[in-house]
Amino acid sequence: MHAISARHRRLAALPAIAALTITLAACGDDGENNNADTDQNDAPVAETDEGEETGAGDEPDGGDAGDDAEDDATDDAASDDDAAAAGDSDGELVIYSGRDLELVQPIIDEFEAETGITVEVRDGNTAELAAQIINEGDGTPADVFFGQDAGALGALSQAGALDQLPTETLDLVPEAYRSAAGDWIGVSGRARVLIYSDQDVDEAELPDSVFDLSDPEWSGRFGIAPTNASFQAFVTALRIEHGEDVAQEWLNDIAANDPVIYDGNGPMITDVWEGALDVGLTNHYYIWARAAESGENVEDLNVQVHWFPGGDTGGLINVAGAALTANQTDGDGAAFIEYLLSQSGQEYFGETTGEYPLVTGVEASEGLPAIEELEIPDIDLNDLADLQTTVEMITEAGLA
Amino acid sequence: MRLTRPALTAGALVASAVALVPLVYLLHQTTRFGWGSWWDEITTERMLGFAITSVQLTAVVTAGCLVIGVGLAVLVTRTDLPFRRVIAVVAAIPLAVPSYVAGTSWLMLPNLWTQGERLSGFWMAALVLILYTYPYVYLPVAAALVGADRSQEEVARSLGRGPIHTLMSVTLRQVRPAIAGGGLLAAFYVLSDFGAVSILQVRTLTQAIYTQFRGGFNYLSAISLSTMLVMLTVLILLAEARSRRRGARYHRTGGRAHHAAHLGPMRWPLFAAAAGVLVAAIGVPFATLSRWFGEGVSRPGSIGDLVDAAAGSVTVSLAGAAVTVALATPLGVLVARRPGPITSTLERAAYVAYALPGVVVGLSLVYFGMNVARPFYQTTWMLAFAYATLFLPLAIAAISGAAAQAPPVLEDVGKSLGRRPSYVFSRVTLRLTLPGIGAGAALVFLTCMKELPATMMLRPTGLDTLATELWAHTTGGRYAAAAPYGALLILLAAIPTWLLATRSGIVAARDEPEPDDSDFGVVTAVSDRPALLEASGR
Repeated sequence: MHAISARHRRLAALPAIAALTITLAACGDDGENNNADTDQNDAPVAETDEGEETGAGDEPDGGDAGDDAEDDATDDAASDDDAAAAGDSDGELVIYSGRDLELVQPIIDEFEAETGITVEVRDGNTAELAAQIINEGDGTPADVFFGQDAGALGALSQAGALDQLPTETLDLVPEAYRSAAGDWIGVSGRARVLIYSDQDVDEAELPDSVFDLSDPEWSGRFGIAPTNASFQAFVTALRIEHGEDVAQEWLNDIAANDPVIYDGNGPMITDVWEGALDVGLTNHYYIWARAAESGENVEDLNVQVHWFPGGDTGGLINVAGAALTANQTDGDGAAFIEYLLSQSGQEYFGETTGEYPLVTGVEASEGLPAIEELEIPDIDLNDLADLQTTVEMITEAGLA
Repeated sequence: MRLTRPALTAGALVASAVALVPLVYLLHQTTRFGWGSWWDEITTERMLGFAITSVQLTAVVTAGCLVIGVGLAVLVTRTDLPFRRVIAVVAAIPLAVPSYVAGTSWLMLPNLWTQGERLSGFWMAALVLILYTYPYVYLPVAAALVGADRSQEEVARSLGRGPIHTLMSVTLRQVRPAIAGGGLLAAFYVLSDFGAVSILQVRTLTQAIYTQFRGGFNYLSAISLSTMLVMLTVLILLAEARSRRRGARYHRTGGRAHHAAHLGPMRWPLFAAAAGVLVAAIGVPFATLSRWFGEGVSRPGSIGDLVDAAAGSVTVSLAGAAVTVALATPLGVLVARRPGPITSTLERAAYVAYALPGVVVGLSLVYFGMNVARPFYQTTWMLAFAYATLFLPLAIAAISGAAAQAPPVLEDVGKSLGRRPSYVFSRVTLRLTLPGIGAGAALVFLTCMKELPATMMLRPTGLDTLATELWAHTTGGRYAAAAPYGALLILLAAIPTWLLATRSGIVAARDEPEPDDSDFGVVTAVSDRPALLEASGR
């Protein structure tokens, strides 16, 4: 841990990485709100190298946002709030979306029709788009980032690339599913699960914990997608809950147990579907999407979902979420995020994508256990931003 | 040429500068990280492992491409192989298949007859890369064989050498520059490929670079891996330069008809082998796309969506081909006309970005766009510029090949008639080089159609192409909806590929009347039967 930090300190030139380094230092803490303080107050020091400061991070007041976003919001953010409230709009909105465009296009169309705002969407991989926003810095054309991983949202937040969200928007979603600094918000939830082929695997045989996958009985029978952001978010959660050593050991044990390694979740699901693989670690909603593709009901599929019981880290709930970039100036972006969190927006995600709506009172897809009934691990999504160490550990284990 | 030479040199310098943008970005980033941490990073066992895998894969695939590419070229241009004209054209088509489509198709091939089998690993990746990369060797070698001087072969035969011995010792030696040039393009393509290796689960440098960029914003590691890839590229270029013989240039004689060698009893077995390669390379992707389409219920939104994506692909690829060819022409002509250490350094510089993964080139241009060319950022022109950075060598090879065959004596004639050098350049040199420019444009166009990572990063916001739609649908698990985009992409990319094969003179080789050997005849021959794609034929 010390070695890693020391080396990273030399990388301080890049604001993004500087911010990640600081979380690294902070990840020994107990994950309280004051993490946000440390990050944001330190960020400008690193950024002077860059010769340009990146929005929210350089506002001394921004550092307090984690403690009390409402009262200590910066003047800038406050005026943005006012603008949003006043409906200030230039009629144009650029969204960088790491979400499947086919899934989100209908809701964007509705938003356009309802508000008259013209939306341009740049779709791509969540982490790549987040990296692109960080690279674009102050001049980013993006107004809104819509990604499918709390880690990427956290990385943007720590790079100072995000703006405050209005308090009334933040309050729509339980605290567990939004930024402690008030600059990103979860829109829908996705649970980590073990999918299995019910032809090849007996339900009783399924493991109670993700730690059991290193048992010899699963050797060569399970799939993982180590380069995928949601797998990485899960590994970050392992580090937070069990410590670096246990997480590294898990990765090493898994690597030694002959895993089938995939480039993405899609091919893994196809393999379980077709009987080429017994079980795979992935996100729950893919199965609902696949049922839609094959035109069948989820319960009739030969792929089934196993929820890890008892708050096992394997059952992490990650979010797809949205944020305003530091560069956007009017109320259009905030209006869009509010729209995603409206009753109809949340119902759309519940019904179409198989994900969990995060605004309380909106029901999830048929066949899904209620989110409150899931025995989920106690992980603060704000702590998932430190992907760097996670990727290094995955690499160390020889999985990527 | 007195006035045009400085202009050509200036143009060549611009082209090399464009190709070096990613290298400048890499050096800039490495300096920021500190060379100490860079050194620590590249000397780990893991990095060496990636590098060794990359080298092994490159060696195996390049060797395979040379065998298949040269073999097919000889069969269709020098023998009485059955259906050789059809095979001559179809043999170029695998170039139209993007490696990510090829990789997925072969991975899931066993699904056509059984459930749950998968083909992956090093040898599978090598096979797939060979099947879709060999046209880089086949096209220039076949074109060179058609144009090669026949008299040396006749001398060898008359002195009692057998046909195979003659082929190996005389014919292939004559077209050696084309073989070397094609081999380089194939080798560097393998170094930069991400699609096939990631799908077939081989850990190469490029695969690792993507993982680091995508997963953890891990720039130090990704940048170090990229610089390692650059060093490999430079080593290969140096090795190739050392092995290249001085004066190994060939001259077209005006295309005297070649007598086909009789294959005898090997005629049909060799036909079966050639046809087998082509059926496998083209058939497997289409079989997989058909299966996707048949088994899923998702569909592309509408014919309109398909047409929009196709229009997007064609627009950005045309812009890419135009910018690339404009940048490549001065350098290509210079390579042919003023060979020397400076020119060849400039030319080799262009290969550096070609061997880098699209994601690195894309990021370097995000940086360039934000800091230097802000008004062009996320416009079609910026994307076209990125394509030029990536694909310059493809155009340079084709253009220099054609320019080398335009006899300099014609330029002297023009000047002796009192024409200004710029006039002579545009009316004589450029005109004689046009077929090469056309070939370069076609090759760059089809390569742009298939390009994905830089396109994702730099395309105008909201613009869809066939490649990005294919990506979006497969990522979303909608394979049936993805299939038509994949099929259309291959079909559209096959058009320039088909043009390359048919216009290169490979097909028509034996049907043409023999032009006489006067200078005038050479001109006619060159302009009528273009020296398409004679990579490095200088």
